[in-house]
Formats: sequence, structure tokens, C-alpha cells
Amino acid sequence: MRTLLAALAAVLCLGAAPAPLICGPVNQAALMSATPAPTLSTYRLFTDEDAVHPNARVTPYALNTPLFSDYAEKSRFLYLPPGTHATYRPTGALDLPVGATLVKTFAYPFDLRRPGEKVRLIETRLLIHRRSGWVALTYVWNDDRTEARLKRAGARLQVSFIDVHGQSRQVDYHVPNQNQCKECHALSGRIAPIGVKARNLNGDFAYPDGRENQLVHWTRTGLLIGAPTPDKAPRTAVWDDPREPLAARARAYLDGNCGHCHNPRGEASNTGLFLNLEEARPVKFGVGKRPVAAGKGSGELETDLVPGRPDASIIAYRMASTEPGVMMPELGRSVVHDEGLVLVRDYIAKMQAR
Amino acid sequence: MKALLTATVATAALLAGQAGAKVLTVTPGGDAQEKIQTALLDAKPGDTVMIAAGRYELTDGLSLDVAGVTVKGAGPAATILSFDGQKSSGEGFLITSNRVTVRDLGVENCKGDGIKSKGVDQITFKNLRVEWTAGPKSTNGAYGVYPVASTNVLIDQVVVKGASDAGIYVGQSKNIVVKNSEAQFNVAGIEIENSMNADVHDNLATHNAGGILVFDLPNLPQMGGHSTRVFHNRVIQNDTQNFAKKGAIVGDVPTGTGVMVMANRDIHVFDNEIDQNQTAAVMIVSYTQAYDDLTYNPLPRDIAVHDNRIGKNGWAPQFPGGDVIAKAMGGTIPPVVWDGVTNFTPKGMSGPVAVRVHFTDGPVANLHFSAPGNVFSAKPQVTPTIDDGAIAEPKAVVLPKAQAAL
Repeated sequence: MRTLLAALAAVLCLGAAPAPLICGPVNQAALMSATPAPTLSTYRLFTDEDAVHPNARVTPYALNTPLFSDYAEKSRFLYLPPGTHATYRPTGALDLPVGATLVKTFAYPFDLRRPGEKVRLIETRLLIHRRSGWVALTYVWNDDRTEARLKRAGARLQVSFIDVHGQSRQVDYHVPNQNQCKECHALSGRIAPIGVKARNLNGDFAYPDGRENQLVHWTRTGLLIGAPTPDKAPRTAVWDDPREPLAARARAYLDGNCGHCHNPRGEASNTGLFLNLEEARPVKFGVGKRPVAAGKGSGELETDLVPGRPDASIIAYRMASTEPGVMMPELGRSVVHDEGLVLVRDYIAKMQAR
Repeated sequence: MKALLTATVATAALLAGQAGAKVLTVTPGGDAQEKIQTALLDAKPGDTVMIAAGRYELTDGLSLDVAGVTVKGAGPAATILSFDGQKSSGEGFLITSNRVTVRDLGVENCKGDGIKSKGVDQITFKNLRVEWTAGPKSTNGAYGVYPVASTNVLIDQVVVKGASDAGIYVGQSKNIVVKNSEAQFNVAGIEIENSMNADVHDNLATHNAGGILVFDLPNLPQMGGHSTRVFHNRVIQNDTQNFAKKGAIVGDVPTGTGVMVMANRDIHVFDNEIDQNQTAAVMIVSYTQAYDDLTYNPLPRDIAVHDNRIGKNGWAPQFPGGDVIAKAMGGTIPPVVWDGVTNFTPKGMSGPVAVRVHFTDGPVANLHFSAPGNVFSAKPQVTPTIDDGAIAEPKAVVLPKAQAAL
């Protein structure tokens, strides 16, 4: 019966490429329903069952500096309902209409040096803009890559891959529970998107018909209104592009990896440590600031950030830890991001002592 | 009679308001993480998540984000949430919704903090045990119960043991009651920090490094802590060597401190039994570290210490230079020690803010520091009392009726 249905679906979608199993537009009703769909395919965000080819009105995008997620490869998409568009904002996330959905798939290629090959899909997270506000859901993939099922209470998955140095790595991958999505995505206690800021989208993306700045592409295709030309819009540095200034890269990294909680409206607001890119007061981004509720996370150190001395800076200490209660961020990683740590240590080392 | 009627009506209304409320029961066995977390996600306002007696091995933090939910166990020794195998999250259990009660259960060996609430109204911790079972260790989690940036906080019949910072910690909150609770073998027993209007009473703080602390720190979203009453507590034999990691502000609390007030205003310490604390019964000090915050006042002011039952304290003070100061005072530190700093002028003001004290549990040592932490400027002077006259006591903290009735 199921085979028959699939065959029927294939016939109905004839002509669309590559022969999809899922057809019809994005299932807006399912996205808007208060009861989440049990499987990802219900939403028809993709035209293939392993979520590679986006459906109409689902646009891939990338961030200049993303969150580190245990070396997982992440692909991101924005769905906008027909007749709607995003509105530019110079700071914070773009203004997205009700119905907009952000889609992020976490995956590991067998070998990080060969992206796109022998990929294991882990989970696909959705952030859906309902009338009542944003809702976070996550779907965990089966081993056959044929189906992702709703997982509300979180999960642990054992993942192995070969890293960029050719070393075999094991990761105790954590799928967050639904509340934990909000821990990072909270702004004044309500769920909000993090990545889709104009400044973090202000960079090129390799579209099927060529590279183009994302703000330009989105404007040209009617997805975005109100954006200035890229040179007039703010821009987050690319954390791993050595051509960019060290401080800009490090602050971009801290923004993307810490600033979602460590900002005046985030989950870690009570710490008084603000690592979002907009924060300009040195003491607020850690210079000379003593910890408050760090407990053992202080690691016998007395200051969050000591210019010139990464070994004396709690920020670097906590980035280098994998011990719960010490490691930062608290969620989203189980291994150290070696390259990120090198960047932040280098930044602190080269900061001028006041 | 009228009061009784009102109470009955209030209870009835409360019950009516919860019509249709469900009990979601979780039993031991299977994937404890998934079972408890799913119940916490499925609960609707008014529901109770009942965690049956038994031991639950958790691998990650638990969290609740639904308002009006009660999470209840079968007793602090019967329902045990064990975080021995915890792999992530900064705390065992995080609450981010209003009107939540957590009661009748035990939480063990969290890798970070025990039970935290952030940014909520009407949070109640009742009849709980939060414990690091291997005893005091610097690798234990920081706080046992940890409401922060919350309003209407009730902590009642809570026992915390082994926290590497404060056992019961209330930070940047407003309208707080901590009562009938017990803190043992923590660095700080009970700590009220950067908070307004707190009543801390009928608690036992023993075998901590410091018993009860009331602190105000700079560079935080909520500063200017004030109006805390510490009364009718037993602050006895706080003798655990301070085991906090350096960096934590409580690492500076001398082992054997009974009650310590740092910065803050309108703090009243009275009717407590304070005995067998080797450093001092009551210390009133300024914040001594460098800070970069023009709105912060580092001095304690309008502080009253009276009518406490003060036993033997201060025989071997554990702060730098303490032995010298003790010798100068005849061998023991007097019951009340004050750093005596009075000359702080906040930015934009023409003169110092008035500092008034009412210390009648003498003798009192005034160290006459010229500035916060300036030990070398000390000119210790002991007098029977130091009394600028009576200081109006903050009003009793009143919690919302439904919460106070829990």
C-alpha cells in the first residue's frame, strides 16, 4: 500500500527534478498546527525524503560565523509563506512574518575532509513562527535517512567521524530537549531566532546559479525588503577567515557561541557578562570582571578576561573544558572546539593590558 | 473566624481554578531522563508531575517551562534524582516558568548547580534535599537551590549539603522567604545576594565555612541589595574549611564566620543563636575588590545587630592578620566586627552617603579602615556597642496568598 502511494506520488510529481517522493507545496497548516507533526516529512519542507532538496519558497542560507556544534555540518533554510517577506533590521534578527520557519539540519560526513560524502543525518530542528510566538521542535533521523521523528525530551547519540587532521573522533551527541532549545533561543523569556541577523547573513552564498551576497539575493528574489546595499549594512566577521582582523573574528566567534545567552536579555543575563557583538563596555565583556555564580567554573581564576593573559582568563578556561558545570557553552557541545579556542586565546593574548 | 472563612474561600477558589488539572505520574525504570522530561513537557498549567518513590539516574539537565506546575516526589529520601551520570547542562533542574512548586524530593550530585529558577515569579522550593553525597569538595556544584532574577521566592524545609558555593542561594531577586531550612557542609550556608526584601528565619546553618551571608556585588543587572531580616536562626559551629575555588566571592569568606553582611543597606540581624564560629559571630564589611561600576555602593549601611544569643565565637579568626587583631583585642574577636568604612561618595553626589549602624550585641570591634579592605589602615577599637540610634526594621515579607499557603 505504502509503495503504491509512493509510486502514485511520483507519477503526480512527474516532471519535477529529481524525481521526488514528496510533492505539493510546504504544508503550512501542519507548521501552524498546535500539535506538532510526528515526522518531518509531513511539513513537505523538502522534496526528497532525506531533506537535501528544499521545496519552493524554502531558501538555503549560511551564517558568517555560526555556533560550534561538535563539528556537525549544519545546513540552514528559511521558509516564507506565499505572499510574505522578511523585513530588514540593522540589529537583531530580521523581522520574519508569521508562518516563517527556520530549518537546520545537523549531519556528519564520514570524513570531515570530504564534506557531502557518506553523510549521517542526525537531527533537523525547526523554529516556527506561530501567531502565539516562535516554537522550537526537533526531529531525529533514522539510520536509513528515510525518516526524522519528533523528539521532544532530547536524546544522546554516539557519533564517529574522521576530523580535518585525519583523526578518528567520537562524539556523545546531545539532541536538546524542547525547553533547552529555548535556553539558547530566549530573548526576555520568549523564544526568538538567533542566527538570521542581517550582519550574520551579510556574506556570499553559493546558489545553484552562482555566488551572490545573501542580502542582495534575498532582496532580488523578493524574500527581503528594506535592506541597504551590503556595504551599508552591518557585517559579522567570518571567524575563520585569516584575512579579517583578529579582534573582529574573535568577537564574532564569542557573539555566535556565547552571545545568545550572554546578553542583557538572554538566559545568562544575571551574570552581567555580555558577549554579544553590540557590547562595547570592556567590563561587560569580561575585562577585569570577576565571576558571580561560576562556582567551580572559575577554575581558580579570578577574572573573566585578562588582557594579554589567556591562561588567567575564565572565558578561555571554560571553553577548554568538557566537564559539565565548567564547560561553556553549557549546551550544544561535548568536545572542545580546538580552532575556536585557539582564536579566542590568541585574541586575549594580543589584547593590550589597560 | 473571619480569617478562617477567608482562608477556606481562598482554598476553594484555588481548587476551582485548577479544575481539570491532571497528575502525570512518573515511575522508576526505563529511560528516566526521557520519562521525567516528557512529563515536564506535557504538563499543562495546574498539573502535577508526580515522581514516584525510587531512584532516577539522569544523564542531562531537566527543565520545566510551563507555568503553574507542581513537581512532587514521595519525600526527600524516597524520590531521588541522581545526576551522577550527568553529561551536560549547568544545573540538574532548571525552571523558567511562573508559579512553579518543586517539593518532596531529593537531588544528588549535580555537575553544576542543583535546582535553578531564572526570571520567574512565585517559585517555591519545599521539603527538598539537595546534596553532594561525597561531602564538601571543590569539584561539587556551586549552588544547591538557586533562584535568580526571580520575584516571590519561597524556600521552606530545604536541606542542602556540600555545595561548593552557597547551599541556599538567592540572587538578584525580590520578595524572598527562606525558612525552616538547613544548610550543612557548604562553603556558604545561606546567601542572599543583590536582592531586595528577604526574610531569612528559623533556619539552621552549621558546619559550613560561613553560616548566613547577605552580599551586594557590582557589575550585575540588579544591584543595590536592601531590606533583609535575618532572625531566629541557629548559626552554629560553622567549621568546614572554606573549599571554594578561588575566584568565587565566597572563597574570601573566612572559615568560621557566623553571619556576614557585605555592602547592602537596611539589613537587620536579630534573635539568632550564634555560637561556636571560630572567626566571628557577625562581620559587617565593605566590598573590597576593584570594580568598574559608578552606580555601585560598596559600603554596608543602616545595619542593625541586636538581641542575638551570642555564644563563644572568634577564638581563632581565619582572615589575614586576624591573629594579630585578636591579640590586640585580648585574645578573641568580639561578637560584632565592622570594618568601619563610612566615607564613600557616589559619583555625582557632593558628600558621603550616611552610614548608620545599630550594634547592641557588644562588644563591637570597629576596625576603622580608611577604605574598603585597607587592612593596613586598621585602628581597631572595641566598645560595648556602636549605636547611631534605632533603625527602622524592614516590613515582614508578604508572599502571594496561594504561595504562602503551600
